[in-house]
Amino acid sequence: MSTDAKPAHGQFMQLSIPMIGEAPISVSAQGDGWLEFTIRSVGKVTNVIFQKEAGDTLFLRGPYGKGWPVEQFRDKHLVVITGGTGLAPVRSMLNMLAQTPGYARSVHLICGFKNADGIVFHNELEEWKNHFSTIYTLDNGTLEGWRTGMVTAFVPELPFDSFGGDYAVVIVGPPPMMKFTGLALMDHGVDPEKVWMSFERKMSCAVGKCGHCRIDEVYVCLDGPVFPYTVARDLVD
Amino acid sequence: MGFSLSVSQADAVLRALKKDYRVYAPKRFPKQGRYSDTDIIRYAEVDSFADIVWDTKSDYPAKEVITPIQQAIFYFTEDEYRASKVKTKPILLLARPCDINAQRIQARIYAGNGGYDDLYYIRVRELVKFAVMDCNGGDDTCFCVSMGTNRTDDYALALKFSADGLLVQVADESFAPYFQDMPQAEYSHAFVEENELKVTIPDLSDKAVRMALKSHSMWQEYNSRCISCGACTVACSTCTCFTTRDVIYGVNPEVGERRRVTASCQISGFDQMAGQSEFRSTAADRMRYKVLHKFHDYKARFGEEHMCVGCGRCTHRCPELISITATVNKVSAAVEEIKASMASQ
Repeated sequence: MSTDAKPAHGQFMQLSIPMIGEAPISVSAQGDGWLEFTIRSVGKVTNVIFQKEAGDTLFLRGPYGKGWPVEQFRDKHLVVITGGTGLAPVRSMLNMLAQTPGYARSVHLICGFKNADGIVFHNELEEWKNHFSTIYTLDNGTLEGWRTGMVTAFVPELPFDSFGGDYAVVIVGPPPMMKFTGLALMDHGVDPEKVWMSFERKMSCAVGKCGHCRIDEVYVCLDGPVFPYTVARDLVD
Repeated sequence: MGFSLSVSQADAVLRALKKDYRVYAPKRFPKQGRYSDTDIIRYAEVDSFADIVWDTKSDYPAKEVITPIQQAIFYFTEDEYRASKVKTKPILLLARPCDINAQRIQARIYAGNGGYDDLYYIRVRELVKFAVMDCNGGDDTCFCVSMGTNRTDDYALALKFSADGLLVQVADESFAPYFQDMPQAEYSHAFVEENELKVTIPDLSDKAVRMALKSHSMWQEYNSRCISCGACTVACSTCTCFTTRDVIYGVNPEVGERRRVTASCQISGFDQMAGQSEFRSTAADRMRYKVLHKFHDYKARFGEEHMCVGCGRCTHRCPELISITATVNKVSAAVEEIKASMASQ
């Protein structure tokens, strides 16, 4: 979409179609004067977005929320673990990292998808192999060059011992995937202070008024969607 | 400055006030209650002293004047849109201390939370001045004293009603002219100091206790009692949640409005995202979410005070006779049980 909005990596926008409704969508890529969103046709708003053509207008407001603490990842070993379209909210950051050699000391990427049909960003997945240490996996099924199994199964392969404590971990995906990946990391001796997660919740306003995204004393739209693991692990919906 | 007004004098003052203010008070709507042959008392503009229901608690809170159950936020015509407008005539809102304190509580969410001010709230709230209504401690669902919301100093007028008329204390001098020729009398407003009902507010400051409470068996009771109808949150003085809904006018799909509609965390779907399952799928989960917001989470975020003002309307409106006071006392008992079990380990 062409727009002058300039979100930080990991922030989201409210996409809206008059007469239909509005939905929060994370920004999956951006450049000068444009934003890209990765959308599945699963609801009222997204179904109608799929009927739109180039040149049509969508209403946008934002950016909202707190994105990835990218500055804190500078000169660190960065581990990124994604499940399914959870790859979208880290995609722009991964592209920045691929285009900025030396920003992070190393990048270790684990991307899991349910099956081969669920794979998104094929070209970038290929390209990232040239810059990052990658593990791509399918929960079910086999594919050449891909592993089989949940992302949690590959956590032991991450070389945390070689990072000298100088690392950060990013997890994005469906809630159970994030929960169990967090637990797998903890089992593996990872420091909970060095882990971040991005949440997705229902929202109407995105500005801390409508209450839909509140969990305990936290509003996902204001305090998230990116949370430190030490906050995220104790939130009970 | 105090005055003693007969009914006809009160009507004369009300007529004069209505030239400058929209005057809202609890009003009786005969035969509009939930059950056959029952009335409903809710906030509406009043025209005479007799319209004002002063001897019974209103079924619905004063918040409806400021945040109506639904309102248009903007209008569309094809790709063009404009924000809705509201009347700019000031509002005099007759309310008891619970309802007045509830506005301070709502304002922390609508105005300021996350650095964002809600235009639709503020543009009405700024028009409102309160006239505090005398309250003798309410009915058998009230517990404002336990919540510390039995007093307020946010009022322009203080009113004590009787069948014969009205005692008035004028706190805001700008209202003095309306009472110019009225008989003066000593009147100083007093607040209720005791309710029939009392609650023990649970101490949830310890995170481990809180975590244990969330999975405590006490919530399971609500799976068999609560029907997730949301009546409690609609009647709540402080609940703020809403959903936006787009409405198309008639057969023309190019013209319509986006509406803000009151939402309830007690109703299925409140947290449901497209194509995904609910996070809180049971009545027990939803009750736990609501009660902990009122008695922990809000205060944890904003400090100072809990979200509940003890108006008891949720208890009053619940078709399953679930009492918020009994629920909070059960939470307190569960917390003591959890603490004792932690201490013995």
